[in-house]
Amino acid sequence: MTAPGVDDAVRAKEPVTERRLHPITPLRRAWAPVAVLIGWAVHDPDQAQRQLTRLTATTLLIALAVLVPAAALYGFLTWWFTHFAVTESELRIRTGLLFRRTAHIRLERIQAIDVTQPLLARVAGVAKLKLDVIGTDKKDELAFLGEREARALRAELLARAAGFAPETAHEVGEAPAQVLLRTPPLHLAISLVLTGATWGSLAAALVVPPVLWLATHSVWTVLATGVPLLGAAATSSVGRFVGEYDWTVGESPDGLRIDHGLLDRTHETVPPGRVQTVRIVEPLLWRRRGWVRVELDVAGSSNSVLVPVAPREVAEAVVARVLPGVTVPAAAALSRPPRRAGRCVPLWWRGYGLAVTDTVFAARHGLLKRSLALVPHAKVQSVRLAQGPWERLWRLADVHVDTGANKTVTARLRDAQEAAELLRGQSERSRTGRRDARPDRWMAS
Amino acid sequence: METGSPRGTGTTGDEAAEPVWTGLPPGLLRMRRLLLVVWLGLIALALGLLLGLLAGPGWAAFALLPLALMAWGWVLLGRNWRSWRYAERADDLLISRGVLWREETVVPYGRMQLVEVTSGPVERHFGLASVQLHTAAAATDATIPGLDPAEAERLRDRLTELGEARSAGL
Repeated sequence: MTAPGVDDAVRAKEPVTERRLHPITPLRRAWAPVAVLIGWAVHDPDQAQRQLTRLTATTLLIALAVLVPAAALYGFLTWWFTHFAVTESELRIRTGLLFRRTAHIRLERIQAIDVTQPLLARVAGVAKLKLDVIGTDKKDELAFLGEREARALRAELLARAAGFAPETAHEVGEAPAQVLLRTPPLHLAISLVLTGATWGSLAAALVVPPVLWLATHSVWTVLATGVPLLGAAATSSVGRFVGEYDWTVGESPDGLRIDHGLLDRTHETVPPGRVQTVRIVEPLLWRRRGWVRVELDVAGSSNSVLVPVAPREVAEAVVARVLPGVTVPAAAALSRPPRRAGRCVPLWWRGYGLAVTDTVFAARHGLLKRSLALVPHAKVQSVRLAQGPWERLWRLADVHVDTGANKTVTARLRDAQEAAELLRGQSERSRTGRRDARPDRWMAS
Repeated sequence: METGSPRGTGTTGDEAAEPVWTGLPPGLLRMRRLLLVVWLGLIALALGLLLGLLAGPGWAAFALLPLALMAWGWVLLGRNWRSWRYAERADDLLISRGVLWREETVVPYGRMQLVEVTSGPVERHFGLASVQLHTAAAATDATIPGLDPAEAERLRDRLTELGEARSAGL
């Protein structure tokens, strides 16, 4: 803690208006004690039943009379003690009832901002604002804000992060978005039908419980395995469909806009120059239709899908907008490892490929499910060359390229001479690539 | 060790000067060998005494096993120590290491988030310190062990200085 005098001086310099979250927030927090009770009941059903039979009307009433106000009070207090404020360069969040926590988030370091609306929040007309910052495991979020307020706050944060003058920052408003791509529901449904994981989880959910029944004749064992399996099957098919429904990718001066969801709506914004890696994934069954999925990595963010399904040309056009000046190297442009790589990785060595253009380092792997990873040279954190004894025997080496999103892209089994040149060349390219990269405050010139 | 390593001679003309490689000071090797000899010597002694007393003097020959291990380790440590080297270039730091599993890392100065000098109790006793570089990528594993503390601090200061001069965002 600094001396109180210093603290006051700092505070006096910039008057900060602190705001509270939407008054509906206490209701959401009030669920916590109820959730704990339900969790206990599910965890230990026998005990819960015994306790329930012992309950009389009066004890139930007393319990309710204690529990409901307690929950309401807890909800109210957490809401009361949560403040946030936007200053010139930071977003400050003060929260915590017993353990106080103050987070100052530097705006130019924000990697992505999401506005999410779970189903109930949509009914109530409120939204959650999530911030992705590097180095925080837990996402900082403001839940809940009024729907319009959330959008306005996002626009303001982005405007300030972009380097607009503070006086005009909250008047800039939401930048207009231009739609790049919208996934039709039919395409999404077909793509899920053509995904192996969907069928795998469904088959597991249908086969395993009957087999277990025959083997053990115990209802509990069957339920204990069948329910999670069914749940997994549902999330991998219906859940994905609902989550990725009406997937829209837009472009605005604020960056990339990704909106999706049937029940829970999510609006993600990734400011320009934040994308560290783009992956183009092509599952085996989609290949005949020429469809691909595009994933992206942003430092400190868990959002990873950019396009759930799209024809290759459309997806490549989107990638070209996300990484300006980048063209996705064609499959023919990728150079395979030398033939002797088959001694190290039989058969699958054919899936490896590498292309280095003047803007990206592109490496492909996978034989059945192909995945092509693109790293802009400006995003490379370090380059490593690794060579094991068996690889050395065959004069081969791997080149790893590390990016800030904690992802490593590897060009496997290159010729040793080529790999050494790649290592030197890549560090050179990354250096020049960085010089031309955009500044953190992308609107400041 | 095989000859004909590709990195020494394979630099094409883009870099005017060959990187100036610096090896590690002999202190690290001395420390590691001493630790090896002390530990394996103790084990050999204990094993020999135990077996000799309990099972008979013939069994005590098993105590030769740790001694053989010691001889092997002695050579291995030497090779590993020789394989470590680093080079400060104009814009990046090169670290090369490993005998069987060879690895060469290039870290641009502008990417460094943090430079750490660490020194454990044993290392301190032998007057050694290691320098560790952190970038935004956790996979970047750039550590130079067993440096002279003065050299470690010089390196840290120089790297920090260069990192500030060439600093880049993510």
